[in-house]
Amino acid sequence: MMETMKTPVANVSSVDKGRYKLVAENIIASYDDIVAVKNISMKFKDKAVTALIGPSGCGKTTFLRCLNRMHELTKNAKVTGKVLLDGEDLYSNAVDPIINRRKIGMVFQKPNPFPTMSIYDNVAAGLKLNGINKKNVIDEIVEGCLKMVYLWDEVKNDLKKPGMSLSGGQQQRLCIARALAIQPEVLLMDEPASALDPIATQKIEEMITELKKEYAIIIVTHNMQQATRVSDYTGFMYLGDLVEFGETKQIFENPRNEITAKYVQGQFG
Amino acid sequence: MITIEQRAEFRKHFRYNIGRRLIVDKIIKITVLGCVALAVVPLASIMYEVFTNGVAALSVDFLTQVPGAVGSDEIGGIGPAIQGTLALIGLSCLIGVPIGILGGIFLSEYGNNKYGRTVRFFNDVLAEFPTIVIGVFTFVIIVITIGSFSVWAGSFALSIIMLPIIMRTTEESLKLVPVTYREAGYALGIKRSVVVTRIVLTAAKSGLVTGIMLAVARISGETAPLIFTILGSSQFMTGLDGPIDALPLRIWRLSSLPYDSAQTQGWGAAFILIMMIFAINIGVRYVFLRKRGTSMLKFKMFGGVR
Repeated sequence: MMETMKTPVANVSSVDKGRYKLVAENIIASYDDIVAVKNISMKFKDKAVTALIGPSGCGKTTFLRCLNRMHELTKNAKVTGKVLLDGEDLYSNAVDPIINRRKIGMVFQKPNPFPTMSIYDNVAAGLKLNGINKKNVIDEIVEGCLKMVYLWDEVKNDLKKPGMSLSGGQQQRLCIARALAIQPEVLLMDEPASALDPIATQKIEEMITELKKEYAIIIVTHNMQQATRVSDYTGFMYLGDLVEFGETKQIFENPRNEITAKYVQGQFG
Repeated sequence: MITIEQRAEFRKHFRYNIGRRLIVDKIIKITVLGCVALAVVPLASIMYEVFTNGVAALSVDFLTQVPGAVGSDEIGGIGPAIQGTLALIGLSCLIGVPIGILGGIFLSEYGNNKYGRTVRFFNDVLAEFPTIVIGVFTFVIIVITIGSFSVWAGSFALSIIMLPIIMRTTEESLKLVPVTYREAGYALGIKRSVVVTRIVLTAAKSGLVTGIMLAVARISGETAPLIFTILGSSQFMTGLDGPIDALPLRIWRLSSLPYDSAQTQGWGAAFILIMMIFAINIGVRYVFLRKRGTSMLKFKMFGGVR
């Protein structure tokens, strides 16, 4: 067991072609004194979906939250390492983290529309609260983003209704629209479908497939079928390490690591 | 593993005591209802007492006229006191609400350190301060400096009394807003100050309004600090820098007079004061929370029902 843990981090060769949108280098993240992510380096391609899989508590979410500097907002959390967005280090502090968060959208595990805002205002929040006031621009973006998440037809007559009045699956698509409204280049999704029923999940997955034409998408998921359905690349994490990283097909059909094999075959997790 | 026999044994434990559990359930229900009744009876009896004793004094003149000369046949009204109380509440809120809310934001959002703990401690001490001491303090630093009793001085004293209440309720209601909303805001690249004021504060609105209303109710009934700050008057207000009357002061004066008509007016004034607080409370809630008739429900949803 320990032997396999020490195998080199990833068989990078299979994913080393093409353009990288986001590159994480030597990320170490901790809460209090518990190290949740132990030195992970990973490269994410543009216009592709990368899935992060692994058992509960393996550090997937923590790692994802390091990619837009959300992790450090948690109390007593620490991060070291680099995250390069188009070659520019997010952690260099040359630019305020909020500028970079506008380029990296994030969708959370539980739908979290702003409770006091209408459907329209929820989507427009990232624009309005970031100082964009032109109503025609906002209108256009809100409509466009709601169409991208296939929610427009369901809500176009109820834009003034509270975001909270939607069903769970609709709320999650609303949150994705909200993330898209700030025109990010990368989309981070933390188990976006874990709280949803199969139909809503299917809608979200179709949407991810559509969105990947424009975005680099990184998705954390517990659901291995979901990873095989939506992702191009998959990283398997275990106990804070990136055990194996490669094309999704290879990870699931021909894993090179013993633990990965056991996990994808459902022998633990 | 638990065997089938064991499970049957375990079940018996639950089934044997059903009767007892139902009895305990009844006893608790009755106790709780009894406590509610105990709490409501004094409230209802105060309202009843105040109304029956004061109803005879109620009239349009009572609400609009200045008080008559002591012991004379012209009994007059409590107009200046109503005007004074409204002015005091308004001006105190103008000073106390913004400072209180900003202080609450500091405690909740930036107060997780030595400074926050110090402020929180002294704020709690202030909340327990005898209000007469605040009155004397205001007398010394404002009334003596300016040279006269004034609406300003009264509002200053009352806003000091409001501050700790508003600060603490604001802090508590901001802390109730789940971290997921803040994270959603940060993930959109929104600045911290904007997240706090536009997302967190609006989500906590009903708690904030409740806190402000508590503080308003509290200061409307304050008497001691007013003796040292606004003095009392039997004329309508001419400006913010002179003495004025206020309902609690007027109630106190009327009730200490040895005339039946004055006593009845005292009860009447008390009834008006209660009704005013009631009306302000309902009015403010209607204006600020009307779109969220289901605000309680939404607070529950913060807990993650959905």
